Amino acid sequence: MSRASIVVLVLVCVAFAASWVVRAGANEGDAAVRDAFLVTLAAFLTLAIFSFMYRDNPYYKFAEHLFVGVSAAYWMCMGFWSTIVGNLVPRISESLSDFFQVPYSGGGLDFGLFYFSYRYFYLIPIILGILLLMRLVPKAGWISRWPLAFIVGTFAGLNLVRYLQSDFIIQISASFVPLFVDWHGFGHFFSGLSLAANGQFVAMLSNLVVFLGVICGLIYFFFSKEHVGWFGGASRLGIWILMITFGASFGYTVMGRISLLVGRLTFLFGDWLGIIG
Amino acid sequence: MKHKLKLILVLLLFIWGTAAAQSDTAPGDAAIAAPSIPPPAPVTNLQATDTDNDHGHAITLTWEKSTDDGAGANAVVAYDVWRWYPLEMDVVDSLRQDLAATRDAVRAFRIDLPRAERALEELQEDAAKLNTTRFRVAVPDVPGFTLTVDYALSKLADTIAYMRDNRPILMSRIKPEQQELAQALERLTQAHAAFPQNGEWRTIGKALAGATSFTNTGSKDQTSSDFFPDYSDLYYRVEAVTIDPAVRSEAVQVGPVQSKGQWFHTGKIPVVLFVVMFLVFTVTFVQLAKKGTDLYVRPLSGIEAVDDAIGRATEMGRPILYLLGIGVATEVNTIASFSILGRVAKRVAEFQTPIIVPCYDPIVMAVAQEVVKSSFLDAGRSDDYRQESVFFVTNYQFAYVAAVNGIMLRERPATNIYMGKFMAESLLLAETGTLAGSIQIAGTDEIAQIPFFIVSCDYTLIGEELYAASAYLGREPVLLGSLKAQDWAKAVIMVCALMGMVATALGWPAFAHFFQVTG
Repeated sequence: MSRASIVVLVLVCVAFAASWVVRAGANEGDAAVRDAFLVTLAAFLTLAIFSFMYRDNPYYKFAEHLFVGVSAAYWMCMGFWSTIVGNLVPRISESLSDFFQVPYSGGGLDFGLFYFSYRYFYLIPIILGILLLMRLVPKAGWISRWPLAFIVGTFAGLNLVRYLQSDFIIQISASFVPLFVDWHGFGHFFSGLSLAANGQFVAMLSNLVVFLGVICGLIYFFFSKEHVGWFGGASRLGIWILMITFGASFGYTVMGRISLLVGRLTFLFGDWLGIIG
Repeated sequence: MKHKLKLILVLLLFIWGTAAAQSDTAPGDAAIAAPSIPPPAPVTNLQATDTDNDHGHAITLTWEKSTDDGAGANAVVAYDVWRWYPLEMDVVDSLRQDLAATRDAVRAFRIDLPRAERALEELQEDAAKLNTTRFRVAVPDVPGFTLTVDYALSKLADTIAYMRDNRPILMSRIKPEQQELAQALERLTQAHAAFPQNGEWRTIGKALAGATSFTNTGSKDQTSSDFFPDYSDLYYRVEAVTIDPAVRSEAVQVGPVQSKGQWFHTGKIPVVLFVVMFLVFTVTFVQLAKKGTDLYVRPLSGIEAVDDAIGRATEMGRPILYLLGIGVATEVNTIASFSILGRVAKRVAEFQTPIIVPCYDPIVMAVAQEVVKSSFLDAGRSDDYRQESVFFVTNYQFAYVAAVNGIMLRERPATNIYMGKFMAESLLLAETGTLAGSIQIAGTDEIAQIPFFIVSCDYTLIGEELYAASAYLGREPVLLGSLKAQDWAKAVIMVCALMGMVATALGWPAFAHFFQVTG
């Protein structure tokens, strides 16, 4: 560790302690010291992440590892409590439900001669989960491919129908737009020509853009034919329409990101430094 | 004398009141005795049918509006819908509530008994430590309320004894109560068939003026208070109601009708037809590809750059970073990314270049490990495969970004490949990759993220190019066949869009109706 690094570390520690003391003095109540520590820690971690803009450094590494470790542990706990305890346990065992203090929600089908409990269905995910863990056993690792194949295959099949419905058929019917809206001849069209948003001209123009956008966009994504001649021209028009759409989307999303930055700056200058109210 | 006077006054009032009520010329009293507006006309052509395309447990009522709907002093403001309930339904409800209460009590005892036992032990220990019982204990959740320790000890002991004695009794009650409920549920069908004996009409909902239908749905769960029995005779009534709730039309009755589930959802017929069409296309082109027919696929610059990028990494002696995004293994874009990862890993194995695959999801990691392992095996370099090169980072989006950004700056990969589902992290990752001086190739079908990749990556696969990439890289018959099938499906869309435009212009709604998917 170089001398400069030690000096910076000492300065950071002093600044942290000073901030803690000052914030604790500014706060009131029993939890003043604890709240001051938490605000100072949050500000320190925010600045540590921002320091990445300069270059990779030990403070960024500390914040990164802390963030990754805490989040991984958090999601593991969430996975256990929401998936296993929250979803599985209430469906398979009443006594386990009582143990974890979650409401039992078992059910079944009464066939008269015998009662079939739904809980047996939930043995399937338990078995698949155990098979998935078999990859931890070197000799039996191949077994874990079975649940993986089941998961990927099942959802690929389910998604085929879902996407075909939402991204194919519904999109086709949405593109059925008339190119001539409220058409009573050229005389009527030119006499009432206006750029009003609900006017005939704008309605026809937007329908034309929708129609051309769909056709030319599809031509751009047509891979079986070389994009030359009129087909290439339509493809180029398609990519232009896509790029204009992406540009609008880019600007819209950047505005959202700016608001996130404003949120962090408000925290630093308001909650931590108290400069803004 | 006083009582006699009272009696005479009451008699006089009674006689006057009777005469006034019979008189036609008393407007004030007429308003009290008769409704201010005439009753509206009832609905006509009331029909009750099993709701189509569902799993049962629903009945749809349709009718033609009352002639007074929407106009006049007695205008209809709503339609009251009634259903005939056999009294057996109340028995079922009552048994269901009893069973739930017993279960709750057993559960509460199971949780509270150990707590009470612990509290008793702690209190006894405190008393033993202090060597006295002359102190008071605070009652939890009741601020400022205390009890003498002797009283608290005796109360706790009583409670524990009560719970120990009664818990087995309560538990033994569950099974008979379950059986009783099951028997009552079995009796429901006969009870419904006994209409109109042993039952009553109950209002189940309201349809606003102008409505001509109402759907009565319920739960299929027999233990739910909202249970709706299938295959039972149900009877309904509809009444038109005016602004004065007391003034309503004559009730129109319909029934019996039974609800049941359907095997086929007719509203999804277009989906089936397109699935079959797509299946035919795929099978045909896969067979053609297997027979060796040359199926042309236009070059994709982003994919052609992959080989160059791997070569660059090999020459520089630096690794390749491959990111599958933040999707789960069941999403289409992640599945496409697995396929591309397989091709990239095979080339990487051939060139003996290191590959790093940090994963966001544990299942994705497991699949990615298998894919990379198989690719190394296919390349004949299974010994070079390192399982730790494909690893799980975290399931939290921005923590994942922080970790990957750190890897980019520390490992300095020569090439970053982003394929799959990316959200807000797309620009954070791609910008860091640019700072690290890596060649970057991205591909996603997330419309909102494509612009960020376009501005910060060297090559970007837009939308469906991601799916085409795997077929283009591998040129395997199955993938190539499915890519061709997709192209033909796009041709069908273009033809349909053209026909739809013409049909709309000519006012033929039937064509557009064919594409209406319900449910």
